[in-house]
Amino acid sequence: MSPSKLSVSEIDLHAYLDGRLAEERRGEVEAFLTANPQEQERLRAYQEQNQTLHALFDSVLAEPIPPKWRTPDRRWSWRLGPVAAALAWIVVGGALGWLLRGEQAGNSGKNVDFARRAAIAHAVYSPEVRHPVEVTAEQEEHLVRWLSKRLGGDLKAPHLMDLGYELVGGRLLPGEQGPVAQFMYQDKNGQRLTLYIKTDAGAERETAFRFSQEGSVGVFYWIDRRLSYALSGEAKKEELLKVANAVYRKLNP
Amino acid sequence: MNDTEGIVAHIPPLRRYARALTGDHSAAEDLVQDTLERAWRRFGLWRRGSDLRAWLFTIMHNVFVNQVKSAQNRRKQDADSAEIKSPVAPPPEDRLDLRDLNKALRRLSDEQREVVLLIGLEQMSYDEAAKILGLPVGTVMSRLSRGREQLRLLMNRGGATTQLKVVK
Repeated sequence: MSPSKLSVSEIDLHAYLDGRLAEERRGEVEAFLTANPQEQERLRAYQEQNQTLHALFDSVLAEPIPPKWRTPDRRWSWRLGPVAAALAWIVVGGALGWLLRGEQAGNSGKNVDFARRAAIAHAVYSPEVRHPVEVTAEQEEHLVRWLSKRLGGDLKAPHLMDLGYELVGGRLLPGEQGPVAQFMYQDKNGQRLTLYIKTDAGAERETAFRFSQEGSVGVFYWIDRRLSYALSGEAKKEELLKVANAVYRKLNP
Repeated sequence: MNDTEGIVAHIPPLRRYARALTGDHSAAEDLVQDTLERAWRRFGLWRRGSDLRAWLFTIMHNVFVNQVKSAQNRRKQDADSAEIKSPVAPPPEDRLDLRDLNKALRRLSDEQREVVLLIGLEQMSYDEAAKILGLPVGTVMSRLSRGREQLRLLMNRGGATTQLKVVK
């Protein structure tokens, strides 16, 4: 009469305890427990664990909620946000740039500036909740055509879905010498990357990837056929490099 | 109820979970703070009609994992800087099993503790827990089973040691 041990699994026992077992199987588990007092004892210990957890921590539920947790106002953040960090870096970078002004060869200095501008644009727009982009990915064709026209180059918004990044959209920004484009991507956790593109790449037609850490924002930047690209994000450097490589490959199929 | 009130309604359980997960009052408050900061910032990405509680707990899980990782890095980089921990205030009841369970919880791996708490304390279904942790349900089940069993053994052993001391 007693059911074999095999018919009731470890998973069944937990599901029984957690009230997740189908009604029609409860009798089977109860019969098994009656026949196996040791298992019954073990399950009772687990049950006690749950009760004790509630006894230990339920009082937290009654604690008053700090008012600052109730609103989306981001000013309550006491930590340096990415924007503040990027702004601090402009100051430091500006000072450094001044100190090093004699030593910088024209182009590499400009490129560092480019990376910094990309990082700032990333820090400013990537935390945006309601208006992260001007034109969303739903109008991708229009977006790319518009930005290409404004920048005077043949722009593409590479698709990065295979890496888990979806195109959010893009916007037009003022650069040092003219308009700049920014495409924004995000992964399923809302982690965002931005691709910042300008057309006035000067004489250099192609460069290797370069990396610059601007506060919490990492930037890989390079030049490819008269367009300058900068990929910015707060992701890990390896992750950024992987995406930067993919962007480069997709733009040079 | 509008959506922002929706987030506020989930703050107490998020806070309870954080307290149980970290075992440290100020670390728990930081975890909630960081989670909410991120949630408010990304609220535009939450799909209306989808499970807000699961979304918030997923964010908390990600923040927790990142905090643990960066704490480990910090410790590696700077072995000298001692971390100051403010212990959780002792629960009102001074019963032995309460303290034992809290102590035993700290001995579980972070992965097991998360599962035991999401299911045992927050009463999530196995599917919900799997979704929040980004794991297959089978992995959740085996962590649950191992976590609960380890807690049981830790508490039994704790009791046995006390008895031995009494005899001596």
